[in-house]
Amino acid sequence: MKGPQGRALHPARLHPSDVLRVGASGLWTRPMRVVLSALGIAIGIAAMVAVVGISSSSRAELDRMLDDLGTNLLSASPGTDLFGAQAALPTEAVSMVRRIGPVESSTSTGAVDVRAYRSDRIPAAESGGIGVRAADLDLLDTVGATVAQGTWLTEASSRFPAVVLGKVAAERLGIGHPDPRVLVQVGGVPCVVVGILDAVPLAPELDSSVLAGRQFAAQQLGWDGHPTRVYARAAPAQVDAVRSVLGATANPAAPNEVDVSRPSDALAAQEATDAAFTGLLLGLGGVALLVGGIGVANTMVISVLERRAEIGLRRSLGATRGHIRRQFLVESLVLSTLGGIGGVVLGWLITAGYATTQGWDVAVPVLVVVAGVGLTVLTGAVAGILPAVRAARLSPTEALTG
Amino acid sequence: MSAPAVARDHPVIALDAVTKTYPGGTQALRGVSLTVEPGELVAIVGPSGSGKSSMLNLIGTLDRPTSGRVQIDGFAVADLDDRGLSALRGSRIGFVFQHFHLSAGVSALDNVADGLLYRAGGHRATSRAARRERAAVALDRVGLGHRTGHRPHQLSGGEKQRVAIARAVVGDPPLLLADEPTGALDTAAGAGVVDVLCELNASGTTVVVITHDRDLAASFPRRVWMRDGVAEADERGAAPTTGSGS
Repeated sequence: MKGPQGRALHPARLHPSDVLRVGASGLWTRPMRVVLSALGIAIGIAAMVAVVGISSSSRAELDRMLDDLGTNLLSASPGTDLFGAQAALPTEAVSMVRRIGPVESSTSTGAVDVRAYRSDRIPAAESGGIGVRAADLDLLDTVGATVAQGTWLTEASSRFPAVVLGKVAAERLGIGHPDPRVLVQVGGVPCVVVGILDAVPLAPELDSSVLAGRQFAAQQLGWDGHPTRVYARAAPAQVDAVRSVLGATANPAAPNEVDVSRPSDALAAQEATDAAFTGLLLGLGGVALLVGGIGVANTMVISVLERRAEIGLRRSLGATRGHIRRQFLVESLVLSTLGGIGGVVLGWLITAGYATTQGWDVAVPVLVVVAGVGLTVLTGAVAGILPAVRAARLSPTEALTG
Repeated sequence: MSAPAVARDHPVIALDAVTKTYPGGTQALRGVSLTVEPGELVAIVGPSGSGKSSMLNLIGTLDRPTSGRVQIDGFAVADLDDRGLSALRGSRIGFVFQHFHLSAGVSALDNVADGLLYRAGGHRATSRAARRERAAVALDRVGLGHRTGHRPHQLSGGEKQRVAIARAVVGDPPLLLADEPTGALDTAAGAGVVDVLCELNASGTTVVVITHDRDLAASFPRRVWMRDGVAEADERGAAPTTGSGS
C-alpha cells in the first residue's frame, strides 16, 4: 500500500481500551434491551452454578459428616446359607472379632422376633416396620450414635423392661420424649422408654429399632442370644485388611454366610446417585444457556440492522471491516459477560440460600465460577460472530443511505 | 499530516473517464473526468438522479468505479484493498453528511474526538485525552468552543452540522467532502455552515460540496454541473447570482 511518494497507508490500530469503549457504546444507549438479553444468559449460568454449587455443598457436608463419623466402621450380618435360609452368627462372634489386631472396638445387636406397639389395643399387623433388637451396652460409641433425649441403657436397666428408641421408631410410636409413665408394648411386655437416639447415619437400621437390654431380651422376649449384626471399628489404614477377614472371623464355621459391608460406602454411593441427577439438571442449565445465547445473537442482529448509519459513519471515519467486526463482537462479548457475571452471582445466592436452609456450609467451587464466566464468553463469541461479520460486510455506501 | 510541499505535486482529486454502473444496469456515471487541485473550493451541482451521489461515493472512496481511474491525494483507489481505502479515508478525507450522523447521548467533544479514533497517520493511535484535546481545538475553530459538553439533542441543527464539520476536520485532512451540508437546515443556519466551510478552505483545506441547490452552488468559486451521469459544465469565477458571502 504505497502512495506515489512512497507514503504508506496503514489503518489505525485501536488501543484495547478504545476497542472496549466503542464495543460497549452501543449498549449504554439501550439499557432495557441489554438487561433482558443478558438475563437469558444469566438464568442459564445461574442454573448451572446453583446445581453444581448445591451438589458440591451437599458433598462437602457429607465429607464433613464422614470425617466426624469415620469411614472405618464395618458391619457384618448373617446372610443366607446355601439353601437360602436365614443364617445366624455364633454367640461369641463379637469376642472373636475383637481378637483381630487392627479392630479397635466391636459391638453387636441381635434381632428379637417380637413386635413393638404403642399399646395393646393396636392390631398386630400394624407394627409400623419397627424392629426389636437386643443391644450391647457399648453399641453407641462404636457406631457413632448419640442420645437425643433421656439416657442410654445401663448395666442395671438392661435387666429390666426398659428400651431406647431409634429416631424413626420414636416418631412412629408417637413418643416425643422419654417419660417413666409412658409405656410401649414390646412382645406383650410393657416397657419404659428411657431414651431416644439421634439419627445414626452409619447404622440406619437402628433408626427404626426398639433397643432392649440383652438380659431382658433373653429372659422375657425369647431372644436366642445370637447377634444378627456385628459392628467393628478398624484402624483407618487397615480397613480393607479387616474387611477381608471379618466374615471368616465372625462365623468361622460358615464364612460364606456372612455379609460384610462398609456403611460409609453406602452413603457415598447414594451421593453418586445424586450426581447422575445433578448431570441432568446441569443439562437443563445448558439448554437455558443455549436459549440465552440465541437471545444475544438475536439482539446483535437487530443492533446491526438499526445501526447501519453508525456503521457507515465509522467506515467514513476510516474504520476497516476488521474494526467494525471487532466492535460488534466485543459488544456481544460484553453483553454475554454481563449476563454471565450476573448469573454467577445469582447462582451463588441460590446456593447460599439453599445451603443455609439445610444448615450446610456454602461450597461453590472456584472452577465452576471460572467455567461459568468462560462459558458465557464462548456463548457471546459464537452468538456475535454472524452479526459482526454481517456488519463488516455492509458496504459503506449502503450503510450511509440505508 | 501531509506536508503542503508534497501535496502540491499532485491533485487532491483526479477522476479519469470514470463510469459507474449499478447491478441491474442503472448507469449512474457515463465517463466523468475531474481534477481538483489543493486549496480549491468546488461545488458539484445537479438535480437528483444526475449522478452526484455516485460522485460523492467515488471521491470519498466509499465505492469503486466500474471503469476509469480514481486518484485521491495521489493514491490510486484501484491499488488499495479495504484496509488501504479505510486508512485513506481516515487520514485524507473528512466527511460531512446532510443528516449529521452524530452519536446520540455523547457530548459534542466526544463526537468530534471519535473523528480521530480510526486515524492512524504516521504514528500510533493517539490517546483518548490527546484526541479530546484536539477535538476542543476543532470545536473552537467552528465557533462551538463554548458548547463542548452539550449532547446532540441539546444543539440546534446548525450547531449539529458544525459539530459534524469539526469531526470531519479534527484530523486535518487535505480534503473535506460535504454532502448537502445545508440540506437539513434553515437559510440562516445554512449560511453559517457555508461560512465555516469557506473559512476552512481559506486556511488551506480543499473543500468539495455536493448539492442540488443552485443558489448555494453560486456562492462557490468553482462549480461542476452534473446531468445524466456526465459533467455537463465546469464553471470558474463569480457566478451571475451571488449567494451568501464569506
